[in-house]
Amino acid sequence: MYAIAKAASLISLCCVILPCLLHFAGLIGLETVKITALVGTIGWFIATPVWMSRKLPVDAAEVDI
Amino acid sequence: MTEKTSSAGGEFERQPVPDSALLGSGKFWGMYAGEHAAGTEFMIGPLFLAAGASLADLLLGLLLGNFLAVLTWRFLVVPIAMAKRLTLYYQLERIAGGSLVKFYNLINGLLFCFLAGAMVTVSASAVGVPFDISFDVPSNMFGLSNPSFTMLVAIVGIVIAVVAAGGYERVARVANIAAPWMIAVFAACGIVSLAQLDATNLAALTEGRFWSDAVTFVQSHDGEQSFGFWQIVVFAWLCNGAMHFGMADLSIFRFARHKASGWAPAIGMFLGHYMAWIAAALLLAALIKLQPDLALQTVAEGAEDVGLPGTVVANPGQLAFASLGWAGIICVVIAGWTTANPTIYRAGLAFQGVLPKTSRTAMTLVAGAVATIAGAFPNLSAQLLGFVGTYGTVLGPMGAVIFVDYYLMKKFGLRDEYATHSGTQVNVAVMVAWLLPVAVGLYLIFWKGLFAAYAVIPCWVACGLLYLVISKFTQKPSVLQATESVTDPSNPGL
Repeated sequence: MYAIAKAASLISLCCVILPCLLHFAGLIGLETVKITALVGTIGWFIATPVWMSRKLPVDAAEVDI
Repeated sequence: MTEKTSSAGGEFERQPVPDSALLGSGKFWGMYAGEHAAGTEFMIGPLFLAAGASLADLLLGLLLGNFLAVLTWRFLVVPIAMAKRLTLYYQLERIAGGSLVKFYNLINGLLFCFLAGAMVTVSASAVGVPFDISFDVPSNMFGLSNPSFTMLVAIVGIVIAVVAAGGYERVARVANIAAPWMIAVFAACGIVSLAQLDATNLAALTEGRFWSDAVTFVQSHDGEQSFGFWQIVVFAWLCNGAMHFGMADLSIFRFARHKASGWAPAIGMFLGHYMAWIAAALLLAALIKLQPDLALQTVAEGAEDVGLPGTVVANPGQLAFASLGWAGIICVVIAGWTTANPTIYRAGLAFQGVLPKTSRTAMTLVAGAVATIAGAFPNLSAQLLGFVGTYGTVLGPMGAVIFVDYYLMKKFGLRDEYATHSGTQVNVAVMVAWLLPVAVGLYLIFWKGLFAAYAVIPCWVACGLLYLVISKFTQKPSVLQATESVTDPSNPGL
């Protein structure tokens, strides 16, 4: 399950970055970039919470003022 | 002063971090990677362009400034953090006394509120784009924007404050999850902007006309301005002055097992304060080229004191939307929200420290209200370059107190951690050494027009020297004699 979610996160991140590079190279239009970035964003926020639960700094809420 | 020897929830708030809780370098790299890509970057990046910085100065100045910041973390903060393994808060309490630390926290909390206010403005600018609510920046520092935007700020501020009052952890987790995506969106915005600027080949990139044309456009509307190489270096170095010179990150690095962990801020600096700032600046350059009308100040109906129609305004929501569409809007909202939320929460804690009988929820809501009021004045967020420097000027000097206390006090025959040993709640030497240089610094910034970041290091040095000299006259010999045989377990090296 975690492996699938991680793969989905990676693909989602690629959906944000790769189309921009293709647009930079003149291969795709800006509208396509915007749509894939939105799809990647939605995918990221669905897939990533499944596997990413990085522990917070131990006193982040209390001491580091 | 009685010390609690047990850790509260494993947090080691009032005792040195034990060896069993130390962390490897990888943890710090992971943490800093997402630490410095935040809502503020959307505001700060365009301000460089708006201030007239040249592209070469920006690229090289940020490189040098961020490198100096990393060196400061590594060689100033980490050695003390690893030797003492105490939080900034607790170290200051031992040196300055509990009451003075509460006052320091109050000042810190108020500054946090203004920072959070700028983030409320940033989030509202993005929320306003789909509703066609314009972002007007009045000429007066304390002038309001148009009523629609002011209402939007109030709604966004209330939502953020209520969520912050609900607790820190959930928001912090959202921030952690969003961090890699946010960095990707920043990079994507920069790449798209370069394409929009037709800077897609080496010749165009090295010529830099896409940048100089944008600066010319800004200056033709806003008048001649300059933001030179050394201003950029000093700003990049000291914009996190409270964290490194001010030693706030002692609380983080006290867990470091190896000194090499001190290099970890490099990833935050070069992703957040290099790539993201440049990408955000390119957003404004692209908007100026493609839709110059959208980059200019409008005068919306009902706007109060919008005295500079036709000047250039960096609207973060508009910039991100023009480049990456809805993903850009979502990024600005989340970046602003995840920055504002913990900031309001921590400000609430600081206020609660001053008024311990009040509830944390009530104080967080108070902090949220202050932040929302601050967010209603768009000029405060437009002055972020100056504010960040002022923040470092006010809080940074306390780091000099810790530095002098650790390295110099015993060498000069003085008592370190004087408040602990004397039982005083206010160490007068620390209070005067902190407030005097800060008062002079603020006078020079607000009345003499000094670039705020320039004041950080002089105030830091002056504070350290004053602390040493005043301690010589104020420390009671009885305290020194009574405690000189005591071995301090948290300071084994001295």
